Amino acid sequence: MDDSHDPLISRRDVLKRVGIAGAAAAVPIDAIAQATREPFETLTAAEGATLEAIVARLIPTDANGPGATEARAARYIDRALGGFLAPLLVAYRAGLSGMESFARTAKGAPFTQLSAQDQDALLTDVESNRGFAGAALFFNLVLSHTIQGTFGDPFYGGNANFVGWDLIGYPGIRLTATANDQRMDVAPTPTHMSAYDFSMFSRKKPNAR
Amino acid sequence: MPVNLKPTDVVVIGLGAAGGVAVLPLAQAGLAVIGLEAGTWLRPDDFAPDELRNNFRGWPQSAQKANREIPTHRPNANAPASPRLAIHPMMNAVGGTTLHYWAQSWRLNPWDFKVVSETTRRYGASRIPRGSTVEDWPFGLDELEPYYDKVEYEIGVSGQAGNIKGKIDPRGNTFEGARAREYPMPPLRGTSFTEMMADAARKLGWRPFPGPAAVSTRAYQGRAGCAYHGYCARGGCHINAKGSTAVTTIPKAQATKRLSVVTEAHVTTIEVGPGGRVSGVHYVKGGTEYFQPATVVLVASYVYENVRMLLLSKSKAFPKGLSNNHGQVGRHYFSHNQIGGVTALFPKRLNNWYGLPAQGVAVDEWADDNFDHSGLDFIGGGNLWVYSDRRPISAASMSTYGRAQRWGSAWKTFIKQNADSWNVSYLQKTTLPYEDNYLDLDPNVKDPLGLPVCRITADYKDNERRVSTFIQDKMVEWYKAAGAIATEKTGMGTMGPTTHAYGGTRMGSNAETNVVDRWGFSHEVPNLGILGASVMGTSGARNPTLTAQALAWRTAERLAKNWKQIAG
Repeated sequence: MDDSHDPLISRRDVLKRVGIAGAAAAVPIDAIAQATREPFETLTAAEGATLEAIVARLIPTDANGPGATEARAARYIDRALGGFLAPLLVAYRAGLSGMESFARTAKGAPFTQLSAQDQDALLTDVESNRGFAGAALFFNLVLSHTIQGTFGDPFYGGNANFVGWDLIGYPGIRLTATANDQRMDVAPTPTHMSAYDFSMFSRKKPNAR
Repeated sequence: MPVNLKPTDVVVIGLGAAGGVAVLPLAQAGLAVIGLEAGTWLRPDDFAPDELRNNFRGWPQSAQKANREIPTHRPNANAPASPRLAIHPMMNAVGGTTLHYWAQSWRLNPWDFKVVSETTRRYGASRIPRGSTVEDWPFGLDELEPYYDKVEYEIGVSGQAGNIKGKIDPRGNTFEGARAREYPMPPLRGTSFTEMMADAARKLGWRPFPGPAAVSTRAYQGRAGCAYHGYCARGGCHINAKGSTAVTTIPKAQATKRLSVVTEAHVTTIEVGPGGRVSGVHYVKGGTEYFQPATVVLVASYVYENVRMLLLSKSKAFPKGLSNNHGQVGRHYFSHNQIGGVTALFPKRLNNWYGLPAQGVAVDEWADDNFDHSGLDFIGGGNLWVYSDRRPISAASMSTYGRAQRWGSAWKTFIKQNADSWNVSYLQKTTLPYEDNYLDLDPNVKDPLGLPVCRITADYKDNERRVSTFIQDKMVEWYKAAGAIATEKTGMGTMGPTTHAYGGTRMGSNAETNVVDRWGFSHEVPNLGILGASVMGTSGARNPTLTAQALAWRTAERLAKNWKQIAG
């Protein structure tokens, strides 16, 4: 766990807040880790933690660099579940709960506490529609939204620091692309701008949820 | 009681591709025209390069009429309904879907107008597929040519001519019919990727060429040339380089002061007056009902909505729906056989991140009757099209060609290497109308006003399946010649709601089998005209919009020149 998820809250601030609550000494490490994150907007903390753990395996942080965790894909999904994806909130809740029950039954521990290897084994089952009712449907939902949250415009809360676009070499939004920008042997310099960083679009922002 | 408005000469229902063109010749002729549009105006600053919103969340639409009346589909009369689409493929706004379309602006080839007579002449009548209701158009390409020309110059189509007055130019489509003159602008530029594909086509002995697009390639009529920024597919143009009717014919018609645009007007029915003539239209705006009396009504609301509106407009004179006493409204429906495609993986980065779907290279050798069908078991064919267009979410959603699972570290390694190394072709293929493919009103599903939505009953037949297989094989051959290391064929999909829908109010001289005459006016209702691809009886192997627009101009001009006769 690190603080890079939220530049607005430092670890020291969190510890101070936990201290003010008067139980600093008794707070287990896990809870501190949990408290360093800003609360989820739509999901509960437990649901959010499961989702974080799932997306971290779908697009892992590895030798190829940052993944869905650094992109904040789970935060994108959480926010969208309170907006455009709200009709899917019930399906998400059922799926996340199914995932946890499956983890406890099959591996005897919460999904979030399993090894990466065990998590991958469970996700492979779920992808093949095993583990709980509607498993494959849930898997496909999460996978497509994890891709949106990793490779979509950062305006919607994912693709933080453009890690998704950098991963696949997308050189970014240009309002004009030259003939040279389209040459096969050229890799244009990444622009690292959201569509709404351009002044002509910043006045008419859509709903970011 | 509805609010009764002041009568007008012409009311046009829908200001999209077809209605948006028709208003210009009408207004220029001095007729008083009212354009009723369900959507609103959208402006360049509405068109952010935002893949999530444009391509996954249904676009910046303020009016949601289409999305609340999405047609239902079933493959045949005994099959259950297919899952309903979440988002209508077309949209409501002034300019309609010309705001976010690909803007590929093809003319049909000569064969498309004479499928029955040409097939019979060359191969015998038995080669017309069983159950097909296809007819020759009531005229040939030569009659439509002047209207193609007018529209190309009004909306600004860029391209490379292949046949000017019979003189063949191998830089363009050598299979096209004769045109009077060059395109108003040169084609969109090539890229090193499209040039690589063109070279491969030439190696195969084919004649590749750049396609036509309603996209400016230089300053044209006060609009800028294309910026190739990469968000054109289901995205509007932030610099008005796309020749949407919202920035071309509609404002030009408004400048005559003869066109009045009414936005957020949801038309419900067309009224029939004395003598079986239409007398105006009913619409709802802001919760208030209005009746707009008109001497002539032109319906231009897209295939599904045109049919639906006629079927909903029942009267004593037309108990089965307006202009439907011959039972032809909704018949001869077909949707373009355009889903079955081919994708390819190349061993290098293609840098297709910028560009637009209209910036590509075409091969027409295997379209229409451009090749000998003697030993084949189908008629027609397909146009092969590859282009430079890629956005990050769709790039990362690529197939892994069996080389990696679709998530995890191996997948991540795969897309890091290949997200910019694949390509999707667009294969538009001949589709024919059949006796049992049709549109009617859904008995169960209704829109929020309580009116039934359009129901599609349609499935591909053997001819379409064989064309699809044949054309996909040609595309695989082309990709392999260009160095692809893997290819994949995609399925044909269903004949559910689509951007390329045709028929339902077919044009033809025989009133027993067609809804409108050779001019686009109803056989049964002399002051009712119908615009859009719902009048087309064949698809060709290319995008329908320019043909729908040329036909709309022709119908409007017919009306303007014969006003007294048609107005009665």
